[in-house]
Amino acid sequence: MSKSHVTTTINGEAAEFLCETQQTLLDVLRDVVGLTGAKEGCASGDCGACSVLIDGTLVCSCLVLGVEAEGKAITTIEGIAQGDHLHPIQQKFLEHAALQCGFCTPGLIVATKALLDENPNPTETEARYWLAGNLCRCTGYDKVIRAVMDAAAVMRGETV
Amino acid sequence: MSSLSYAAPTSVDAAVKLLAGASGLAKVLSGGTDLLVQMRAGRFKPELIVDTKKIPGVIGIREENGAFIIGAGTPGAVVEAHAGLTAAWPGLVEALDLIGSTQVQGRCSLAGNLCNASPAADSVPALYAAAAVAVVVGPNGTREVPVEQIPTGPGRTSLARDEFILEFKLPARPARSSDAYLRFIPRTEMDIAVVGCGISVTLDANGVCTAARCSLGAVAPTVLLVQAMADILVGNKLDADTLAKLDAAAQAAAKPISDKRGTAEYRTKIAGVLARRTAAIAFDRASGKATGKTH
Repeated sequence: MSKSHVTTTINGEAAEFLCETQQTLLDVLRDVVGLTGAKEGCASGDCGACSVLIDGTLVCSCLVLGVEAEGKAITTIEGIAQGDHLHPIQQKFLEHAALQCGFCTPGLIVATKALLDENPNPTETEARYWLAGNLCRCTGYDKVIRAVMDAAAVMRGETV
Repeated sequence: MSSLSYAAPTSVDAAVKLLAGASGLAKVLSGGTDLLVQMRAGRFKPELIVDTKKIPGVIGIREENGAFIIGAGTPGAVVEAHAGLTAAWPGLVEALDLIGSTQVQGRCSLAGNLCNASPAADSVPALYAAAAVAVVVGPNGTREVPVEQIPTGPGRTSLARDEFILEFKLPARPARSSDAYLRFIPRTEMDIAVVGCGISVTLDANGVCTAARCSLGAVAPTVLLVQAMADILVGNKLDADTLAKLDAAAQAAAKPISDKRGTAEYRTKIAGVLARRTAAIAFDRASGKATGKTH
C-alpha cells in the first residue's frame, strides 16, 4: 500500500506530508511533520492532551486520520503564540502556575483558545464543562480555571 | 506493513461501489470517535475505510415544512448550534450533546452513535422517541428505515455491507409537542449511561397527552422502544397516578445485565425513576412551562 499525499495548512502555512491510512493526525504531526507539542496521553480520545483545531473546531488529533487533514486548516499549540510573544492564555497559565508536569498543558491551552474564540465571557461552570475532556493529574484543575478566567478577562480588555 | 486503504468519495454511488467492491472488511467513517478507538484496540481490521463526509447531504441540517433533515455525519457541535432544531427537538439535541467531551463533540455523529450499536448510546433513545427515520443508501437505491430497526444487538446493525445512512428525517411537530432525554451516570460529565430514557409527547390544550413515544437505553442488548410506557401516557395528564404507572412500566420493560456500571436490580429501579423525570421535563416543555437545557 502506497502512502497518501496530503496537502493541508498547519498554523497558517501550507504544508504537505505522506502518511499511511492508519496513522492518526497526532502520529503525523509528531512523527512526520515534527510538531511535538500535541501529546499522546491515552490515544483513545479521553484525555485531551492531543487537542488541536481543525478549521477552528476543537478535536482530539488521536481520533482523526492524517488523511482527513486534506484541504483543512490545522492549528496546534505551536501556532498559538505570535513569534516570541506568548498568547494571553499561555501567559496566564504561567502566572497562575496552572501546570506542573506540563503534559496536559498544550491540550488545555488549545482547548481554552477554542472556548474563548467561541465564548469570550464564559462562566466558571461553562469553562469547567468545556474543559472536561482535558485531564490533568497535577493541578486539581483549580489553577487552570483561574488562569482561563483571567485570560478571558485580559482578552476582553478588562484587565492586564 | 499496511494494507489499509482510504477513500473519500464525493457521491453516494461512488461510496456504495467502494463498499460493495471491497474484498475484505470495509468500514464507513463519519466522525471516527468510535471507529478509530476500536481499530486501535484491534476489534476491527478493515482493509478499506470509506469516509462519507464529502458526500453531499452527509454534513448539514435543513428544515422542510417543519420537518428536519440531519446529515448522518453532522458533528454534535454543529447540531447543538442549530437554533431551530434545538427549539423543536431539545431532547434529541441534549442527548447528542451528552456524548463525550467538547473534543468528541467536534466529530461525533448521530449515524456513528446509532451504527456503533451500543445499548448505552446517548442519542439513540432520543432518536427512537423522536420517530426518526434513517435514509439508508445502497446498491438498490434508497430505503427509509425507522431508526429502531437499525441496531440488532451490541455492535450489530441491520445494514448490509454496502449500505450506509445518508441522513435522518425528523417529522414535523404538531403544536404542544416536545421531548426530553435523561441519563443516569455517577458523575456529571464524561461517562457512559447506567440507564438512559427518551420521551417525546404531544399534548392537547388541557395538558392531556395525545401521542407519545418512550425509550430506554442500557437496560437490554439494544435500546428499547417501549410501547407500554407510551400507552400509559396517552389519554392522561402527568399526575401522580400516571407517573406511578409509567415508573412500573419502565421497570417491567427493563431487562438489564449486572456489570461494572450497576447491578440489574439497580438499573431496573433507575429506569423507573428516569422515566418519571424525563416525562416531567417533556410535558413541561410541550406545555410551554419549560425551555432550555436541563443540564
